[in-house]
Amino acid sequence: MSNKLQAEKRRFHFSELLQKYAVIIVWIVIFAVFSIMMPDTFCTWMNLRTMLGSQAVLVICAMAILVPMIAGDYDMSVAANLTFVNVVVAKLNATMGLPLPLTIFIGLLIGVCIGMCNGFIVTKFEINPFIVTMGTQTLLAGFVLMISQTTITGVSQALKDYVYVKHILGISPSFFYALILCAILAYVFNKTAFGKRILIVGRNAQVAQLSGINVPRIRFGCFVVSGLISAFAGIIYTGVLGGGNPTAGLSYVMPAFAAVFLGSTCLRPGRFDAFGTIIAVYFLTTGTNGLALQGLQSYIQNIFYGGALVIAVIFSVVARRSREKKEIKRAQQERAQAEQELLEQLAKNSSIPAAE
Amino acid sequence: METNMGITEEEERFIRKETTLYVKNVSKTFGSNRALSGINLMIKPGEIHGLLGQNGCGKSTLIKILSGYHVPDPGGALWINGTQVTLPLPPGEFTKYGMSFVHQDLGLVNDLTVTENWAMNEIALTNNMRMDWNAVKADALKIFAKYNVSIDPDEEVANIGPMQRAMLAILRAVEDIHRNKATMEQHRGLLVLDEPTVFLPRTEVDTLFDLVRRIAQEGISVMFVSHDLDEVMELTDAFTVLRDGKNGGSGSTAVASKDQIIEMILGKKLNAYHVDTKDAEVFQRQEPVLRVEELMGNIVRGAKFSAHRGEVLGITGLIGSGFEEIPYLLFGAVKGATGVMEFQGKRQDMSRYSPRKAVEDRLALIPADRKTMGGAATLQVTENIMMQSLRHYRPHFLNFKKLREKSLDLISNYEIVPADPELEFGQLSGGNAQKVLLAKWIQENPDLLILHEPTQGIDIGARQAIYRLIEKTVKELGMTVICSSSDYEQLEQICDRVLIFVQGRIVSELVGAEITKDRITKLCYETALGA
Repeated sequence: MSNKLQAEKRRFHFSELLQKYAVIIVWIVIFAVFSIMMPDTFCTWMNLRTMLGSQAVLVICAMAILVPMIAGDYDMSVAANLTFVNVVVAKLNATMGLPLPLTIFIGLLIGVCIGMCNGFIVTKFEINPFIVTMGTQTLLAGFVLMISQTTITGVSQALKDYVYVKHILGISPSFFYALILCAILAYVFNKTAFGKRILIVGRNAQVAQLSGINVPRIRFGCFVVSGLISAFAGIIYTGVLGGGNPTAGLSYVMPAFAAVFLGSTCLRPGRFDAFGTIIAVYFLTTGTNGLALQGLQSYIQNIFYGGALVIAVIFSVVARRSREKKEIKRAQQERAQAEQELLEQLAKNSSIPAAE
Repeated sequence: METNMGITEEEERFIRKETTLYVKNVSKTFGSNRALSGINLMIKPGEIHGLLGQNGCGKSTLIKILSGYHVPDPGGALWINGTQVTLPLPPGEFTKYGMSFVHQDLGLVNDLTVTENWAMNEIALTNNMRMDWNAVKADALKIFAKYNVSIDPDEEVANIGPMQRAMLAILRAVEDIHRNKATMEQHRGLLVLDEPTVFLPRTEVDTLFDLVRRIAQEGISVMFVSHDLDEVMELTDAFTVLRDGKNGGSGSTAVASKDQIIEMILGKKLNAYHVDTKDAEVFQRQEPVLRVEELMGNIVRGAKFSAHRGEVLGITGLIGSGFEEIPYLLFGAVKGATGVMEFQGKRQDMSRYSPRKAVEDRLALIPADRKTMGGAATLQVTENIMMQSLRHYRPHFLNFKKLREKSLDLISNYEIVPADPELEFGQLSGGNAQKVLLAKWIQENPDLLILHEPTQGIDIGARQAIYRLIEKTVKELGMTVICSSSDYEQLEQICDRVLIFVQGRIVSELVGAEITKDRITKLCYETALGA
């Protein structure tokens, strides 16, 4: 019973709290600084709307990376998958005139197939997923150029309408799609036994296997879901562009990975997390948007993405180490205390004084 | 002042002239645990010296003091090649003193070629920008030829035979000694072979022994650490026995009899034992719940056995005899396994069995490697302890409050310290980690609980707690327990029946009161003779 009490009074660590909300705190600071510097351009409803509505593709792309990442696998091919689906959907719909629902269906199917290929190669032949998906990424980028080397225009108005024209609460609908997807993933990973199994596979596949979890099937499934989400990102991207672009989509891979890693340093430090990722995306957007409004060139984006990622990861590791040290110390103290109590009890029972 | 460690001048002269290794009064204490106390050991130049003793007798501690890995307690003294050295030895600098070690794992990198492995020390130690690989290869070939060994220098180590691997490791170690000029001028040097034969096929061991003898003829002393008494009798000139961290005896191999050495290892004569078959009869009258036939794995060669409900079946042998493979074979976790298992009337083809099916059949496995195979070190205690049981807590919308309550209950029932469900599993001590894993599986009420080295690396107090837990669960839940362990004392304490493996096969069975530490030890060593 004293055990229970001990657990309840788990100590409050300032460093833990700081680590948990570091990204959010820095986000608020950056936001405040830009707002003070540019009250007329940055801190306007108009600009906020743009920031929120313009990042749906990045959020969805990051979610596609997140799923296999939790199972311990890198999927480098998500941006290429997105681009491939984008070009195919644009080609089928705009150039060949296929109806929109059919092209969307085909697009999603392609994404699933790419995910299945990745998953099959990784689990069947037990090859490092990083290398496999790097391969499929390059392969897909090649196929994209085979289909079209120029931008394709003239996609159905309906797609554009439902992606960014018909605003909801003044924000483009794609933002809400991304939010819903994020909520679904957060639910699966945080609230279901299935999600926990994926986490266990990612943390220690051997333990997972010896606990009766079908590890290859889970990893395969995660790649398939990743492919499906990538394709979804590709379709949203088609709507945003109003057509297809054979190269632009590829550039999503770096900021998406940055967001996933940055997301793992906030809310639940050390864990890849859907809401953490979405916070990271908008943290990065705030930075790049503000800098762009300051009139800086667009290359500043990459500097900001890269810098933020590296600093965030260093920060999380440092904070984690210091916390670990504290916890080990505490565990030792508690153990010593338990031993002491035992000794005292023994001494009491045998009615010999505890100390000479 | 260094010379008068309570030794006479005469003794000092003797050490200087006549010994390669002289260990005097070396002790080592870990916390409150005395691993070695007052060890004396002498090896003469060119002598093959067997170091014997049971698991945990202090053999490895002594070797680790020699390699500089452990710092011995003050008060001991050590002479290498006749020269006294200051203790502790700096770690990793043993080659400077003309010593070289070959451990059980041989220290080879499988993905590199023979030549690259040969030059490993050079690669690690020199600052040369470029290596003359042709010279390295020629050097290796010259040595191989000298000792009549044929190994392809361009082959990857993964592709050469186990015997060639052992020889490569040994010759590489010998070369390290040869490079020490001072040692070679005196025709001395010490090669420590730490159980090098464990993974070798019995028929090829003779080839290895020939090599070791040739090395000894050059004046290099060999310390041969082995479990296998027969090998020690065959190969060595002299031996030293360690028992419970103390000198158990020593002598010349030619003079001592095998029974005498076994007596030194055990510390007493093997008494005639009284067979009490009462327990056995109780189980014999029942139908077994588990039947295994023709079970084959990487080491296990056709094992056949059965187990009863409520029985604690011990499985043991020397390291490498196959007993350690049984838990993973039964759980379907060994690739390429074959055989048949019948559990509770369900027949299973072991070549198609998997841990997933095993869990469905209500088997539970607690592996020896608790933190990499038993539980996820970076996940919390709650997440580990509830890993198997999530489905009882609203799997589609997990009830975290109930999960936490349940894990707090388990933590207090299993006396896990510290009682913090959010602590990372990797930060628990060995005993507490094991309690978490026991709680993880036992709450699911399995029918067959398979343990592998359940108390390895766990202190005495926690060990007793774990025995009590096992006893309690067997009594309350009536499950069958299979305990694969090299701790013979533990088997004596908890098992109803013990199977002994030698070279992949079951060679004997002990029941009830027959199960004693001494008897198991004797059977393991005796049958290993191949008699």
